[in-house]
Amino acid sequence: MLRRIALFGGIYNNYLALEAALRDIRQRGVDGIYCLGDFGAFGPHPDRVFPLIWDYQVECIQGNYDQSLARDLPDCQCGYTDPRDNYFARISYEYTYQHTSPENRRWLGTLPTQRRLLLGRYRVLLCHGSPRKINEFLWESTTSTAFLQWLCATYEADVICATHTGIKWQRNLEAIQTSGRGSPLLGRTMTEACAHSKATTAKLFVNVGVLGRPENDGTPRVWYTILEADPELRVEFVPVEYDYRRLAREMRDEKLPEEFVETILTGWWTTCLEILPAKERKRGKF
Amino acid sequence: MLLPILEEAAATVHLAHLDDLWFQITGTLCNLACRHCFISCSPHNHTFGFIPRAQVEEALAESVALGVKEYYFTGGEPFLHPDIVPLVCQALRLGPVTILTNATVLRDDWLRELAHAERESLYSLEFRVSLDGYEAERNDAVRGAGTFARTMQGVRRLLEHGFLPVITVAHVEEELSPETLYHCFVEMLRRFGYDRPRVKILPLLRLGAETQRTRGYLPQERVTAEMLADFDLDQLLCRHARVLTDRGVYVCPILLEAADARLGDDLQSGLRSFSLRYSACYTCYLHGTICANASAQRRDL
Repeated sequence: MLRRIALFGGIYNNYLALEAALRDIRQRGVDGIYCLGDFGAFGPHPDRVFPLIWDYQVECIQGNYDQSLARDLPDCQCGYTDPRDNYFARISYEYTYQHTSPENRRWLGTLPTQRRLLLGRYRVLLCHGSPRKINEFLWESTTSTAFLQWLCATYEADVICATHTGIKWQRNLEAIQTSGRGSPLLGRTMTEACAHSKATTAKLFVNVGVLGRPENDGTPRVWYTILEADPELRVEFVPVEYDYRRLAREMRDEKLPEEFVETILTGWWTTCLEILPAKERKRGKF
Repeated sequence: MLLPILEEAAATVHLAHLDDLWFQITGTLCNLACRHCFISCSPHNHTFGFIPRAQVEEALAESVALGVKEYYFTGGEPFLHPDIVPLVCQALRLGPVTILTNATVLRDDWLRELAHAERESLYSLEFRVSLDGYEAERNDAVRGAGTFARTMQGVRRLLEHGFLPVITVAHVEEELSPETLYHCFVEMLRRFGYDRPRVKILPLLRLGAETQRTRGYLPQERVTAEMLADFDLDQLLCRHARVLTDRGVYVCPILLEAADARLGDDLQSGLRSFSLRYSACYTCYLHGTICANASAQRRDL
Protein backbone atom coordinates (compact mmCIF):
# COMPACT_ATOMS: atom_id res chain seq x y z
CA MET A 1 0.00 0.00 0.00
CA LEU A 2 1.18 3.50 -0.83
CA ARG A 3 1.87 5.67 2.23
CA ARG A 4 4.29 8.31 1.08
CA ILE A 5 4.79 9.62 -2.44
CA ALA A 6 6.73 12.40 -4.15
CA LEU A 7 5.13 14.54 -6.84
CA PHE A 8 6.25 17.25 -9.19
CA GLY A 9 5.33 18.82 -12.49
CA GLY A 10 6.62 21.30 -15.05
CA ILE A 11 10.15 20.04 -15.67
CA TYR A 12 10.41 22.50 -18.59
CA ASN A 13 13.64 20.81 -19.82
CA ASN A 14 15.39 21.61 -16.53
CA TYR A 15 17.18 18.28 -16.26
CA LEU A 16 19.59 19.66 -13.65
CA ALA A 17 16.81 20.50 -11.19
CA LEU A 18 15.12 17.19 -12.01
CA GLU A 19 18.28 15.24 -11.17
CA ALA A 20 18.76 17.15 -7.91
CA ALA A 21 15.13 16.56 -6.93
CA LEU A 22 15.23 12.85 -7.77
CA ARG A 23 18.39 12.34 -5.68
CA ASP A 24 16.78 14.13 -2.77
CA ILE A 25 13.59 12.07 -3.12
CA ARG A 26 15.55 8.80 -3.21
CA GLN A 27 17.42 9.80 -0.08
CA ARG A 28 14.20 10.58 1.76
CA GLY A 29 12.56 7.32 0.70
CA VAL A 30 9.10 7.19 -0.88
CA ASP A 31 6.75 4.50 -2.20
CA GLY A 32 6.41 6.15 -5.60
CA ILE A 33 7.44 9.17 -7.66
CA TYR A 34 4.93 10.95 -9.92
CA CYS A 35 5.38 13.59 -12.58
CA LEU A 36 2.22 15.51 -13.49
CA GLY A 37 3.38 16.59 -16.93
CA ASP A 38 4.98 19.36 -18.99
CA PHE A 39 8.38 17.85 -19.60
CA GLY A 40 9.38 20.48 -22.11
CA ALA A 41 9.52 24.30 -22.49
CA PHE A 42 11.75 27.11 -21.42
CA GLY A 43 15.08 25.33 -20.72
CA PRO A 44 17.80 23.62 -22.79
CA HIS A 45 18.31 20.07 -24.07
CA PRO A 46 14.85 18.48 -23.75
CA ASP A 47 16.09 14.95 -24.42
CA ARG A 48 18.24 14.93 -21.26
CA VAL A 49 15.08 14.73 -19.15
CA PHE A 50 13.82 11.36 -20.37
CA PRO A 51 16.63 9.01 -19.21
CA LEU A 52 16.32 10.42 -15.69
CA ILE A 53 12.58 9.82 -15.68
CA TRP A 54 13.08 6.22 -16.74
CA ASP A 55 16.07 5.53 -14.44
CA TYR A 56 14.15 6.65 -11.38
CA GLN A 57 10.96 4.87 -12.53
CA VAL A 58 8.88 8.02 -12.34
CA GLU A 59 5.20 7.41 -13.10
CA CYS A 60 4.08 10.12 -15.51
CA ILE A 61 0.99 11.77 -16.87
CA GLN A 62 0.69 14.09 -19.81
CA GLY A 63 0.69 17.87 -19.64
CA ASN A 64 -0.62 20.21 -22.32
CA TYR A 65 2.92 20.80 -23.60
CA ASP A 66 3.49 17.07 -23.93
CA GLN A 67 0.19 16.62 -25.73
CA SER A 68 1.07 19.37 -28.19
CA LEU A 69 4.52 17.87 -28.86
CA ALA A 70 3.11 14.38 -29.29
CA ARG A 71 0.43 15.57 -31.69
CA ASP A 72 2.80 17.82 -33.69
CA LEU A 73 0.61 20.82 -32.86
CA PRO A 74 1.90 24.28 -33.83
CA ASP A 75 2.02 25.66 -30.27
CA CYS A 76 1.83 24.76 -26.59
CA GLN A 77 -1.86 25.71 -26.29
CA CYS A 78 -1.36 27.66 -23.09
CA GLY A 79 -3.92 30.12 -24.36
CA TYR A 80 -2.00 33.39 -24.08
CA THR A 81 -3.51 36.45 -25.70
CA ASP A 82 -0.81 38.96 -24.77
CA PRO A 83 1.37 39.34 -27.90
CA ARG A 84 4.58 39.44 -25.84
CA ASP A 85 3.70 36.25 -23.96
CA ASN A 86 2.82 34.58 -27.24
CA TYR A 87 6.14 35.64 -28.79
CA PHE A 88 8.14 33.97 -26.02
CA ALA A 89 5.83 30.94 -25.86
CA ARG A 90 6.45 30.38 -29.56
CA ILE A 91 10.25 30.50 -29.17
CA SER A 92 10.09 28.10 -26.27
CA TYR A 93 7.81 25.66 -28.05
CA GLU A 94 9.70 25.68 -31.34
CA TYR A 95 13.03 25.07 -29.59
CA THR A 96 11.58 22.22 -27.54
CA TYR A 97 9.85 20.63 -30.52
CA GLN A 98 13.01 20.74 -32.63
CA HIS A 99 15.20 19.31 -29.87
CA THR A 100 12.90 16.52 -28.68
CA SER A 101 13.52 13.30 -30.59
CA PRO A 102 10.59 11.77 -32.47
CA GLU A 103 10.84 8.70 -30.19
CA ASN A 104 10.51 10.81 -27.07
CA ARG A 105 7.64 12.78 -28.56
CA ARG A 106 5.90 9.51 -29.35
CA TRP A 107 6.51 8.33 -25.79
CA LEU A 108 4.85 11.50 -24.47
CA GLY A 109 1.85 10.60 -26.58
CA THR A 110 1.51 7.24 -24.79
CA LEU A 111 1.11 8.80 -21.35
CA PRO A 112 -2.28 8.89 -19.65
CA THR A 113 -3.83 12.28 -18.85
CA GLN A 114 -4.84 11.24 -15.33
CA ARG A 115 -3.99 8.62 -12.72
CA ARG A 116 -5.81 7.39 -9.67
CA LEU A 117 -4.06 6.03 -6.56
CA LEU A 118 -4.98 4.89 -3.12
CA LEU A 119 -2.72 6.60 -0.60
CA GLY A 120 -3.52 5.06 2.75
CA ARG A 121 -7.30 5.30 2.82
CA TYR A 122 -7.44 8.35 0.54
CA ARG A 123 -8.49 8.33 -3.11
CA VAL A 124 -5.96 10.49 -4.92
CA LEU A 125 -6.52 11.85 -8.41
CA LEU A 126 -3.47 13.10 -10.31
CA CYS A 127 -4.00 15.48 -13.22
CA HIS A 128 -2.12 18.25 -14.99
CA GLY A 129 -4.37 21.35 -15.03
CA SER A 130 -7.61 20.18 -13.49
CA PRO A 131 -9.57 16.92 -13.58
CA ARG A 132 -11.83 18.36 -16.28
CA LYS A 133 -9.30 20.09 -18.52
CA ILE A 134 -5.60 19.49 -19.08
CA ASN A 135 -4.81 23.19 -19.53
CA GLU A 136 -7.09 24.75 -16.92
CA PHE A 137 -5.24 27.08 -14.57
CA LEU A 138 -6.12 26.51 -10.93
CA TRP A 139 -4.44 29.43 -9.20
CA GLU A 140 -4.60 29.77 -5.45
CA SER A 141 -6.21 33.20 -5.62
CA THR A 142 -8.78 32.44 -8.33
CA THR A 143 -10.03 29.02 -7.28
CA SER A 144 -12.76 29.01 -4.67
CA THR A 145 -12.91 26.32 -2.04
CA ALA A 146 -16.50 25.60 -3.11
CA PHE A 147 -15.28 24.83 -6.62
CA LEU A 148 -12.56 22.49 -5.34
CA GLN A 149 -15.13 20.70 -3.21
CA TRP A 150 -17.29 20.32 -6.30
CA LEU A 151 -14.34 18.85 -8.21
CA CYS A 152 -13.66 16.33 -5.43
CA ALA A 153 -17.31 15.27 -5.35
CA THR A 154 -17.73 15.12 -9.12
CA TYR A 155 -14.49 13.24 -9.76
CA GLU A 156 -14.84 11.04 -6.65
CA ALA A 157 -11.51 11.95 -5.09
CA ASP A 158 -10.37 12.83 -1.57
CA VAL A 159 -7.22 14.46 -2.84
CA ILE A 160 -6.66 16.18 -6.18
CA CYS A 161 -3.09 16.93 -7.22
CA ALA A 162 -2.36 19.20 -10.17
CA THR A 163 0.40 21.49 -11.47
CA HIS A 164 0.31 23.66 -14.69
CA THR A 165 0.35 27.12 -13.08
CA GLY A 166 3.98 26.96 -11.97
CA ILE A 167 3.30 27.98 -8.37
CA LYS A 168 2.68 25.49 -5.57
CA TRP A 169 -0.17 25.74 -3.09
CA GLN A 170 -2.49 23.57 -1.06
CA ARG A 171 -5.95 23.94 0.42
CA ASN A 172 -7.85 21.96 2.98
CA LEU A 173 -11.43 21.67 1.78
CA GLU A 174 -13.57 21.82 4.85
CA ALA A 175 -16.94 23.45 5.29
CA ILE A 176 -17.27 27.07 4.24
CA GLN A 177 -18.92 29.81 6.25
CA THR A 178 -21.03 32.00 4.02
CA SER A 179 -21.35 34.89 6.43
CA GLY A 180 -19.33 36.51 9.17
CA ARG A 181 -15.77 37.71 9.00
CA GLY A 182 -13.77 35.01 7.26
CA SER A 183 -13.69 31.32 7.87
CA PRO A 184 -11.47 29.95 10.62
CA LEU A 185 -11.29 26.70 8.67
CA LEU A 186 -9.73 28.11 5.56
CA GLY A 187 -5.98 28.03 5.25
CA ARG A 188 -5.39 25.51 8.04
CA THR A 189 -2.65 22.96 7.63
CA MET A 190 -3.81 19.51 6.67
CA THR A 191 -2.69 18.04 9.99
CA GLU A 192 -4.82 20.54 11.90
CA ALA A 193 -7.72 19.90 9.59
CA CYS A 194 -7.51 16.13 9.99
CA ALA A 195 -7.42 16.45 13.75
CA HIS A 196 -10.50 18.63 13.48
CA SER A 197 -12.50 16.27 11.31
CA LYS A 198 -11.62 12.73 12.33
CA ALA A 199 -15.14 11.55 11.67
CA THR A 200 -15.14 12.53 8.00
CA THR A 201 -12.62 11.86 5.28
CA ALA A 202 -10.57 14.99 4.77
CA LYS A 203 -10.49 16.55 1.33
CA LEU A 204 -7.46 18.27 -0.06
CA PHE A 205 -6.24 20.05 -3.17
CA VAL A 206 -2.52 20.32 -3.84
CA ASN A 207 -0.74 22.14 -6.62
CA VAL A 208 2.54 20.26 -6.43
CA GLY A 209 4.66 23.02 -7.97
CA VAL A 210 7.20 22.77 -10.78
CA LEU A 211 10.86 21.88 -11.11
CA GLY A 212 11.45 23.82 -14.30
CA ARG A 213 11.63 27.38 -13.15
CA PRO A 214 11.43 29.33 -9.89
CA GLU A 215 8.00 30.37 -8.72
CA ASN A 216 8.30 34.14 -9.05
CA ASP A 217 9.54 34.60 -5.49
CA GLY A 218 12.95 36.16 -6.12
CA THR A 219 14.93 32.99 -5.35
CA PRO A 220 16.34 30.46 -7.84
CA ARG A 221 15.03 27.43 -5.94
CA VAL A 222 12.31 25.17 -7.35
CA TRP A 223 9.88 22.82 -5.59
CA TYR A 224 8.48 19.33 -5.35
CA THR A 225 5.93 17.83 -2.96
CA ILE A 226 5.84 14.92 -0.54
CA LEU A 227 2.33 13.65 0.17
CA GLU A 228 1.87 11.29 3.05
CA ALA A 229 -1.02 9.38 4.61
CA ASP A 230 0.33 8.17 7.94
CA PRO A 231 -2.52 7.67 8.58
CA GLU A 232 -3.64 11.31 8.29
CA LEU A 233 -2.80 13.38 5.25
CA ARG A 234 0.31 15.50 5.36
CA VAL A 235 1.77 17.74 2.66
CA GLU A 236 5.36 18.90 2.58
CA PHE A 237 6.66 21.28 -0.07
CA VAL A 238 10.36 20.62 -0.57
CA PRO A 239 12.70 23.28 -1.99
CA VAL A 240 15.33 22.09 -4.44
CA GLU A 241 18.71 23.75 -4.72
CA TYR A 242 20.51 22.93 -7.95
CA ASP A 243 23.20 24.32 -10.25
CA TYR A 244 21.05 27.03 -11.78
CA ARG A 245 24.08 28.98 -12.96
CA ARG A 246 25.07 26.04 -15.13
CA LEU A 247 21.53 25.87 -16.49
CA ALA A 248 21.71 29.57 -17.32
CA ARG A 249 25.04 29.06 -19.14
CA GLU A 250 23.60 26.21 -21.16
CA MET A 251 20.50 28.27 -22.02
CA ARG A 252 22.73 31.06 -23.31
CA ASP A 253 24.80 28.54 -25.30
CA GLU A 254 21.54 27.36 -26.88
CA LYS A 255 20.61 30.98 -27.64
CA LEU A 256 17.42 30.82 -25.63
CA PRO A 257 15.98 34.25 -24.77
CA GLU A 258 17.81 36.28 -22.15
CA GLU A 259 14.41 36.84 -20.50
CA PHE A 260 14.24 33.10 -19.69
CA VAL A 261 17.80 33.11 -18.36
CA GLU A 262 16.99 36.06 -16.12
CA THR A 263 14.13 34.12 -14.53
CA ILE A 264 16.41 31.16 -13.80
CA LEU A 265 19.04 33.44 -12.23
CA THR A 266 16.80 35.82 -10.29
CA GLY A 267 13.68 33.81 -9.54
CA TRP A 268 11.40 36.50 -11.01
CA TRP A 269 9.10 35.68 -13.92
CA THR A 270 9.72 37.89 -16.93
CA THR A 271 7.27 36.20 -19.33
CA CYS A 272 3.84 34.48 -19.14
CA LEU A 273 2.74 37.33 -16.90
CA GLU A 274 -0.67 37.91 -18.46
CA ILE A 275 -2.15 34.75 -17.02
CA LEU A 276 -1.20 35.64 -13.45
CA PRO A 277 -4.13 36.74 -11.29
CA ALA A 278 -3.77 39.98 -9.32
CA LYS A 279 -2.49 38.47 -6.08
CA GLU A 280 0.11 36.24 -7.68
CA ARG A 281 1.18 39.05 -10.01
CA LYS A 282 1.65 41.47 -7.14
CA ARG A 283 4.02 39.06 -5.38
CA GLY A 284 6.34 39.18 -8.39
CA LYS A 285 8.65 41.91 -9.60
CA PHE A 286 7.29 42.40 -13.13
CA MET B 1 -16.27 34.22 -48.19
CA LEU B 2 -19.69 34.65 -46.66
CA LEU B 3 -20.39 32.71 -43.51
CA PRO B 4 -23.28 30.26 -43.44
CA ILE B 5 -26.69 31.80 -42.81
CA LEU B 6 -28.79 30.27 -40.07
CA GLU B 7 -31.67 28.41 -41.62
CA GLU B 8 -32.01 25.44 -39.31
CA ALA B 9 -32.78 25.42 -35.58
CA ALA B 10 -30.17 27.11 -33.39
CA ALA B 11 -27.72 24.98 -31.43
CA THR B 12 -28.44 24.42 -27.76
CA VAL B 13 -25.72 24.80 -25.15
CA HIS B 14 -26.03 23.09 -21.77
CA LEU B 15 -24.40 24.58 -18.73
CA ALA B 16 -21.39 22.34 -17.95
CA HIS B 17 -20.93 23.85 -14.51
CA LEU B 18 -21.63 27.23 -12.94
CA ASP B 19 -18.03 28.47 -12.75
CA ASP B 20 -18.77 32.18 -12.97
CA LEU B 21 -21.58 33.97 -11.22
CA TRP B 22 -22.16 37.48 -12.52
CA PHE B 23 -24.08 40.18 -10.71
CA GLN B 24 -25.65 42.86 -12.92
CA ILE B 25 -25.45 44.86 -9.75
CA THR B 26 -26.56 48.26 -11.05
CA GLY B 27 -28.63 46.95 -13.94
CA THR B 28 -28.47 49.29 -16.93
CA LEU B 29 -27.78 52.37 -14.85
CA CYS B 30 -24.48 54.10 -15.44
CA ASN B 31 -23.11 57.60 -14.90
CA LEU B 32 -21.86 57.48 -18.52
CA ALA B 33 -23.70 56.86 -21.79
CA CYS B 34 -21.07 55.36 -24.06
CA ARG B 35 -21.86 55.33 -27.75
CA HIS B 36 -20.89 51.66 -28.13
CA CYS B 37 -22.58 50.22 -25.04
CA PHE B 38 -24.13 46.89 -25.99
CA ILE B 39 -26.94 47.28 -23.45
CA SER B 40 -27.24 51.08 -23.87
CA CYS B 41 -26.51 51.87 -20.24
CA SER B 42 -27.01 55.47 -19.15
CA PRO B 43 -28.14 57.54 -16.16
CA HIS B 44 -31.71 57.13 -17.45
CA ASN B 45 -31.89 53.52 -18.62
CA HIS B 46 -33.99 51.81 -15.94
CA THR B 47 -34.63 48.63 -17.94
CA PHE B 48 -32.70 46.80 -15.23
CA GLY B 49 -32.35 48.30 -11.77
CA PHE B 50 -30.05 47.86 -8.78
CA ILE B 51 -30.11 44.36 -7.24
CA PRO B 52 -31.14 44.64 -3.58
CA ARG B 53 -28.37 43.68 -1.15
CA ALA B 54 -30.38 40.81 0.35
CA GLN B 55 -30.83 39.23 -3.07
CA VAL B 56 -27.08 39.30 -3.71
CA GLU B 57 -26.38 37.83 -0.28
CA GLU B 58 -28.88 35.05 -0.88
CA ALA B 59 -27.27 34.22 -4.23
CA LEU B 60 -23.79 34.24 -2.68
CA ALA B 61 -24.92 31.75 -0.05
CA GLU B 62 -26.58 29.58 -2.70
CA SER B 63 -23.49 29.72 -4.92
CA VAL B 64 -21.37 27.79 -2.44
CA ALA B 65 -23.45 24.64 -2.76
CA LEU B 66 -23.26 25.01 -6.53
CA GLY B 67 -19.45 25.13 -6.44
CA VAL B 68 -19.11 28.54 -8.06
CA LYS B 69 -15.48 29.34 -8.84
CA GLU B 70 -15.46 33.14 -9.44
CA TYR B 71 -17.72 36.18 -8.97
CA TYR B 72 -18.09 39.16 -11.30
CA PHE B 73 -19.79 42.49 -10.53
CA THR B 74 -20.89 44.54 -13.50
CA GLY B 75 -23.51 47.09 -14.59
CA GLY B 76 -23.98 49.85 -15.53
CA GLU B 77 -21.40 51.25 -13.22
CA PRO B 78 -21.13 48.95 -10.16
CA PHE B 79 -19.82 51.70 -7.89
CA LEU B 80 -23.15 53.52 -8.11
CA HIS B 81 -24.64 50.75 -5.94
CA PRO B 82 -24.81 51.87 -2.30
CA ASP B 83 -23.80 48.42 -1.03
CA ILE B 84 -21.13 47.54 -3.57
CA VAL B 85 -18.22 47.66 -1.09
CA PRO B 86 -19.71 45.41 1.61
CA LEU B 87 -21.04 43.01 -1.04
CA VAL B 88 -17.64 42.68 -2.70
CA CYS B 89 -16.04 42.14 0.72
CA GLN B 90 -18.57 39.40 1.42
CA ALA B 91 -17.98 37.73 -1.95
CA LEU B 92 -14.21 37.85 -1.38
CA ARG B 93 -14.64 35.53 1.58
CA LEU B 94 -16.05 32.91 -0.77
CA GLY B 95 -14.05 33.31 -3.95
CA PRO B 96 -12.22 35.60 -6.34
CA VAL B 97 -14.01 38.77 -7.43
CA THR B 98 -13.75 40.88 -10.56
CA ILE B 99 -15.36 44.32 -10.81
CA LEU B 100 -16.00 45.84 -14.23
CA THR B 101 -15.93 49.59 -13.78
CA ASN B 102 -15.34 52.85 -15.61
CA ALA B 103 -13.32 54.00 -12.56
CA THR B 104 -14.79 57.51 -12.68
CA VAL B 105 -16.58 57.46 -9.32
CA LEU B 106 -14.06 55.62 -7.13
CA ARG B 107 -13.43 56.93 -3.63
CA ASP B 108 -10.32 56.46 -1.53
CA ASP B 109 -12.20 55.16 1.52
CA TRP B 110 -13.86 52.47 -0.62
CA LEU B 111 -10.57 51.42 -2.14
CA ARG B 112 -8.91 51.33 1.27
CA GLU B 113 -11.60 48.97 2.51
CA LEU B 114 -11.45 46.80 -0.60
CA ALA B 115 -7.65 46.60 -0.45
CA HIS B 116 -7.93 45.48 3.16
CA ALA B 117 -10.56 42.89 2.24
CA GLU B 118 -8.33 41.50 -0.49
CA ARG B 119 -5.34 41.29 1.84
CA GLU B 120 -7.47 39.35 4.33
CA SER B 121 -8.85 37.05 1.65
CA LEU B 122 -7.34 34.00 0.00
CA TYR B 123 -8.63 35.39 -3.26
CA SER B 124 -7.81 38.03 -5.85
CA LEU B 125 -9.83 41.17 -6.36
CA GLU B 126 -9.51 42.24 -9.97
CA PHE B 127 -10.55 45.61 -11.36
CA ARG B 128 -11.32 45.74 -15.04
CA VAL B 129 -11.37 49.37 -16.13
CA SER B 130 -13.06 50.33 -19.39
CA LEU B 131 -11.12 52.79 -21.53
CA ASP B 132 -11.57 52.87 -25.28
CA GLY B 133 -8.91 55.27 -26.58
CA TYR B 134 -5.27 55.71 -25.61
CA GLU B 135 -5.66 59.48 -26.04
CA ALA B 136 -8.38 61.71 -24.61
CA GLU B 137 -9.74 62.67 -28.01
CA ARG B 138 -10.07 59.07 -29.16
CA ASN B 139 -11.64 57.85 -25.91
CA ASP B 140 -13.96 60.77 -25.29
CA ALA B 141 -15.47 60.51 -28.76
CA VAL B 142 -16.98 57.20 -27.64
CA ARG B 143 -17.27 57.45 -23.88
CA GLY B 144 -18.12 61.13 -23.45
CA ALA B 145 -16.32 64.43 -22.87
CA GLY B 146 -13.79 64.39 -20.04
CA THR B 147 -14.03 60.66 -19.40
CA PHE B 148 -10.41 59.90 -20.35
CA ALA B 149 -9.08 62.21 -17.63
CA ARG B 150 -11.59 60.95 -15.06
CA THR B 151 -10.89 57.30 -15.79
CA MET B 152 -7.12 57.81 -15.67
CA GLN B 153 -7.57 59.53 -12.33
CA GLY B 154 -9.40 56.38 -11.20
CA VAL B 155 -6.57 54.21 -12.52
CA ARG B 156 -4.10 56.28 -10.50
CA ARG B 157 -6.23 55.81 -7.38
CA LEU B 158 -6.32 52.05 -7.94
CA LEU B 159 -2.53 51.94 -8.35
CA GLU B 160 -2.06 54.03 -5.20
CA HIS B 161 -4.10 51.49 -3.26
CA GLY B 162 -1.96 48.63 -4.55
CA PHE B 163 -4.27 47.25 -7.24
CA LEU B 164 -3.13 46.26 -10.73
CA PRO B 165 -6.17 47.11 -12.86
CA VAL B 166 -6.72 45.43 -16.21
CA ILE B 167 -7.51 48.10 -18.79
CA THR B 168 -10.20 46.70 -21.08
CA VAL B 169 -10.43 48.27 -24.49
CA ALA B 170 -13.34 47.78 -26.85
CA HIS B 171 -12.02 47.60 -30.38
CA VAL B 172 -13.93 50.69 -31.48
CA GLU B 173 -11.07 51.97 -33.64
CA GLU B 174 -11.44 49.23 -36.18
CA GLU B 175 -8.83 50.75 -38.49
CA LEU B 176 -6.16 49.81 -35.92
CA SER B 177 -5.21 46.16 -35.48
CA PRO B 178 -5.69 44.69 -31.99
CA GLU B 179 -1.89 44.33 -31.72
CA THR B 180 -1.30 48.00 -32.56
CA LEU B 181 -3.99 49.07 -30.15
CA TYR B 182 -2.48 46.89 -27.44
CA HIS B 183 0.97 48.43 -27.89
CA CYS B 184 -0.42 51.98 -27.94
CA PHE B 185 -2.21 51.36 -24.64
CA VAL B 186 0.79 49.71 -23.03
CA GLU B 187 3.00 52.64 -24.00
CA MET B 188 0.47 55.21 -22.81
CA LEU B 189 0.06 53.43 -19.46
CA ARG B 190 3.82 53.15 -18.94
CA ARG B 191 4.20 56.87 -19.61
CA PHE B 192 1.41 57.45 -17.12
CA GLY B 193 3.41 55.60 -14.46
CA TYR B 194 1.76 52.17 -14.55
CA ASP B 195 4.96 50.14 -14.75
CA ARG B 196 3.37 46.74 -15.39
CA PRO B 197 0.29 47.54 -17.44
CA ARG B 198 -2.33 44.88 -18.01
CA VAL B 199 -4.39 45.42 -21.15
CA LYS B 200 -7.19 43.36 -22.68
CA ILE B 201 -8.58 44.19 -26.13
CA LEU B 202 -12.24 43.23 -26.52
CA PRO B 203 -14.14 42.71 -29.76
CA LEU B 204 -17.12 44.95 -30.49
CA LEU B 205 -20.56 43.71 -29.63
CA ARG B 206 -22.87 45.02 -32.32
CA LEU B 207 -25.86 45.44 -30.05
CA GLY B 208 -27.54 48.30 -28.22
CA ALA B 209 -26.04 51.74 -28.79
CA GLU B 210 -23.31 50.29 -31.01
CA THR B 211 -25.87 49.57 -33.74
CA GLN B 212 -26.34 53.33 -34.08
CA ARG B 213 -22.61 54.16 -33.98
CA THR B 214 -21.58 51.64 -36.66
CA ARG B 215 -23.88 48.78 -37.56
CA GLY B 216 -25.70 45.77 -36.16
CA TYR B 217 -24.84 42.16 -36.95
CA LEU B 218 -25.21 41.05 -40.53
CA PRO B 219 -27.75 38.30 -41.25
CA GLN B 220 -25.00 35.77 -41.86
CA GLU B 221 -23.24 36.54 -38.56
CA ARG B 222 -24.91 33.72 -36.65
CA VAL B 223 -23.94 30.46 -34.96
CA THR B 224 -25.42 27.37 -36.53
CA ALA B 225 -25.52 23.87 -35.07
CA GLU B 226 -23.16 22.80 -37.82
CA MET B 227 -20.55 25.35 -36.76
CA LEU B 228 -20.42 23.79 -33.31
CA ALA B 229 -19.52 20.32 -34.62
CA ASP B 230 -15.81 20.46 -33.69
CA PHE B 231 -15.99 23.55 -31.57
CA ASP B 232 -14.73 23.83 -27.98
CA LEU B 233 -17.97 24.76 -26.22
CA ASP B 234 -16.05 25.89 -23.16
CA GLN B 235 -15.23 29.04 -25.12
CA LEU B 236 -18.85 30.15 -24.73
CA LEU B 237 -19.78 32.04 -21.60
CA CYS B 238 -23.20 30.38 -21.47
CA ARG B 239 -21.39 27.05 -20.98
CA HIS B 240 -20.11 28.04 -17.53
CA ALA B 241 -21.74 31.29 -16.38
CA ARG B 242 -25.05 32.93 -15.46
CA VAL B 243 -25.91 36.47 -14.52
CA LEU B 244 -28.17 37.58 -11.70
CA THR B 245 -30.21 40.74 -12.30
CA ASP B 246 -32.99 42.46 -10.38
CA ARG B 247 -35.37 40.75 -12.81
CA GLY B 248 -34.11 37.19 -12.49
CA VAL B 249 -31.30 35.05 -13.84
CA TYR B 250 -30.12 35.61 -17.40
CA VAL B 251 -27.89 33.55 -19.62
CA CYS B 252 -25.07 36.09 -19.96
CA PRO B 253 -24.40 39.79 -19.41
CA ILE B 254 -24.43 40.46 -23.15
CA LEU B 255 -27.93 39.24 -23.96
CA LEU B 256 -29.92 41.05 -21.29
CA GLU B 257 -32.26 42.48 -23.91
CA ALA B 258 -32.87 39.19 -25.71
CA ALA B 259 -36.38 37.89 -25.40
CA ASP B 260 -35.63 34.40 -24.06
CA ALA B 261 -32.34 35.12 -22.28
CA ARG B 262 -34.12 35.21 -18.93
CA LEU B 263 -33.81 31.62 -17.71
CA GLY B 264 -35.37 31.71 -14.26
CA ASP B 265 -36.29 33.51 -11.07
CA ASP B 266 -33.32 32.22 -9.10
CA LEU B 267 -30.00 30.48 -9.59
CA GLN B 268 -31.38 26.95 -9.54
CA SER B 269 -33.99 27.64 -12.18
CA GLY B 270 -31.50 29.69 -14.19
CA LEU B 271 -29.21 26.74 -14.82
CA ARG B 272 -31.16 25.36 -17.76
CA SER B 273 -29.77 25.23 -21.29
CA PHE B 274 -29.86 28.02 -23.86
CA SER B 275 -30.23 28.18 -27.63
CA LEU B 276 -27.70 30.29 -29.52
CA ARG B 277 -30.23 32.13 -31.64
CA TYR B 278 -28.73 35.58 -31.25
CA SER B 279 -26.18 37.23 -33.48
CA ALA B 280 -24.05 38.32 -30.52
CA CYS B 281 -23.36 34.63 -29.86
CA TYR B 282 -21.31 34.83 -33.03
CA THR B 283 -18.85 37.20 -31.33
CA CYS B 284 -18.38 34.71 -28.47
CA TYR B 285 -17.98 31.97 -31.05
CA LEU B 286 -15.25 33.88 -32.89
CA HIS B 287 -13.37 35.34 -29.94
CA GLY B 288 -13.90 32.91 -27.10
CA THR B 289 -15.11 33.84 -23.66
CA ILE B 290 -14.42 37.53 -24.02
CA CYS B 291 -15.72 38.31 -20.54
CA ALA B 292 -13.34 35.95 -18.70
CA ASN B 293 -10.05 36.97 -17.14
CA ALA B 294 -6.80 35.76 -18.72
CA SER B 295 -6.08 33.70 -15.60
CA ALA B 296 -9.15 31.60 -16.38
CA GLN B 297 -8.18 30.80 -19.97
CA ARG B 298 -8.63 27.21 -21.09
CA ARG B 299 -8.99 25.88 -24.58
CA ASP B 300 -9.41 22.43 -26.00
CA LEU B 301 -6.19 20.98 -27.30
